[in-house]
Amino acid sequence: MTDPAITENTTLKGIAVSPGIIIGRARLVDRSKQRIIYQYLLNGKEVKKEVKRFKEALKLTKKQIIDLKNRMSDQIKEHSFILDAHQMIVDDSMVSDATINTILKEKINAEWALKRSIQGIRQLFDEIDYEYIRGRISDVENVAERILRNLAGKEQDSLSKINERVIIVAHDLSPADTSELNTAMVMGFITDVGGKTSHTAIMAQALKIPAVVGLESVTTHVQDGNLLIVDGYKGEIIIGPDDDTIMAYQEKQAYYDRYISSILRLSHLPAETVDGYRVSVKANIEFLEEVVAAKDHGAEGIGLYRTEYLYLRSKKIPSEEELFEDYRQVAEIISPDQVTIRTLDLGGDKFLSAQDLTVEINPSLGLRAIRFCLKEPKIFKSQLRAILRASAYGQIRVMFPMISGLQELLEAKNILHEVMNDLEKENIEYDHSIKVGVMIEVPSAVSVADILAKHVDFFSIGTNDLIQYALAIDRVNEHVAYMYEPYHPAVIRMIMQVVKAAKDSGIEVSLCGEMAGDPFCTALLLGIGIDELSMNSGGIPLLKKLIRSLSKKESEKDLKAILKLSTSDEVKKFISEKTETLVPEIQEKGLYMDRSLYNS
Amino acid sequence: MEQTKNLKIKNDLGLHGRAAAKIVELTKQYKSKLYFKKDGHEEVDGSSILSILTLACPRGTEIQARAIGEDSEELLDKLSLLFEKRFGERK
Repeated sequence: MTDPAITENTTLKGIAVSPGIIIGRARLVDRSKQRIIYQYLLNGKEVKKEVKRFKEALKLTKKQIIDLKNRMSDQIKEHSFILDAHQMIVDDSMVSDATINTILKEKINAEWALKRSIQGIRQLFDEIDYEYIRGRISDVENVAERILRNLAGKEQDSLSKINERVIIVAHDLSPADTSELNTAMVMGFITDVGGKTSHTAIMAQALKIPAVVGLESVTTHVQDGNLLIVDGYKGEIIIGPDDDTIMAYQEKQAYYDRYISSILRLSHLPAETVDGYRVSVKANIEFLEEVVAAKDHGAEGIGLYRTEYLYLRSKKIPSEEELFEDYRQVAEIISPDQVTIRTLDLGGDKFLSAQDLTVEINPSLGLRAIRFCLKEPKIFKSQLRAILRASAYGQIRVMFPMISGLQELLEAKNILHEVMNDLEKENIEYDHSIKVGVMIEVPSAVSVADILAKHVDFFSIGTNDLIQYALAIDRVNEHVAYMYEPYHPAVIRMIMQVVKAAKDSGIEVSLCGEMAGDPFCTALLLGIGIDELSMNSGGIPLLKKLIRSLSKKESEKDLKAILKLSTSDEVKKFISEKTETLVPEIQEKGLYMDRSLYNS
Repeated sequence: MEQTKNLKIKNDLGLHGRAAAKIVELTKQYKSKLYFKKDGHEEVDGSSILSILTLACPRGTEIQARAIGEDSEELLDKLSLLFEKRFGERK
């Protein structure tokens, strides 16, 4: 890590992914390998405490290694030499004494100091010509990780124990990280990488806290404890703001709060166009606690319940009972409205922390979502049982993610029917006419949408992944994230194809990606004939207000014009001009997130 | 009391992990402090397995051992025996 420059009033620009303005202190989180928090110690007393904490971690580490050695079976006893070596590494002056000296001299926390010691050792090893000696660095790293784990076990400052309101500054955040956070203590997220649909974005929107991602090197510019302003509208952060800047932002903050509450008051009104076309506006949620907020924001149901949270929260697969309780409550709270539960969509950028999944080079194209579930029928069946049992308590629809063709759909449906038969045999109640649908997010599913439509009750277009797969853009890769383009003519045509297939078969079709909540896409989607939009609840009031000012007929006319355009930029320009005249405050007050729309 | 001795590494693998561990184990049994010096390198702590490893000594390397303390002579004798016996390795 390079030495962070102390900066005053420095503005960094990234991608705004969750609106809001906050002023607060930074908390740096290193997620490269083991979680490390960088911290300066305040006084001699803290330094002494830190040295003691480090020594205790060393003691514990040695004890663990000895225990491990004692537990070794006779067959592998001859390898116990490795553990002897590990024990020696713990005691080694290059590890223990060097780290303690760094803590004392630099007044930094044990994790940081240890990391420096290990870096020094690694440099020495790197210079060794003999592979069989150079390779021993892996033993050093193994021991260091064990020490770090032991430090984390006791330390006050692990991610789960943050006890003051802070802004989390990280390279990236995984679902496993965020599930460990005490969310009440998090004011906002800022990260080096990520895009509009990264997990950090989704999480921040769910928590209704501002987030700016794609800042590239923010973790090297910001120090722990720095004062920061995060502008989740413009996608900017300001490090070490001066008094004038702070005051200006406090005013801005107050203005936005007033505006948001003014549109919130109208959120219960239906989303009906001026010419009487009714769009159903629903909420995407990630956990049970969000249902009430969704209703408050005027959601007419839950269009997408992402079910990964319970799997990521604890390190083990949740029990059927746990899942059932959760789903039942969601269904009951949102009743008489409907909830669409998407079955497990793990893999891709979301990985199980405890599950022994092998590291995939290309996880987005790997074993995830329905593929994972079909391969792990026990996990899948347990979730389906929970969903079906909960369906007796409200309006539940079940939806399979990442279906790429009919074969997969039929396999998934077969398992669903097996579970139904089991429940029947056991005399357990469930909704026998439960609606089954698929998420359309793989380009091949778009091509065969007409075939799939004959076997399901509804489609939900997941534009986040669909755009990523169709345009071959990794949405968390900051170098290509800018090419992630919902206005791409190909995307528009794909959505139209799906909607047509659905309408031809008389099934419902909704859209649940980021596009659904993007005011610049609303008229376009209205023109295409989507009749249900599902989005993060924060965006619902504005979207409903926008729909009430639109005309379905006009939108259809505009769509015809858009279809004649051949590039994303042309589409953007067209849409941008139209939207500005309709809802000028979006543009004028910068109230919607600063879209790339204005940069081009 | 200070003693020095020149040692030659005779085992095939040189001062690899297991050999270094044996040296550290041995020094632990003595009160004296042990140091190693290889030509062109700084002297390193003989009780630190990582220091010994990073000295990077293949077969044939000659190093100088220096021991300071009341039992330094015995330590160097045992150490030299360890080197002679190729750290208990066959080759």
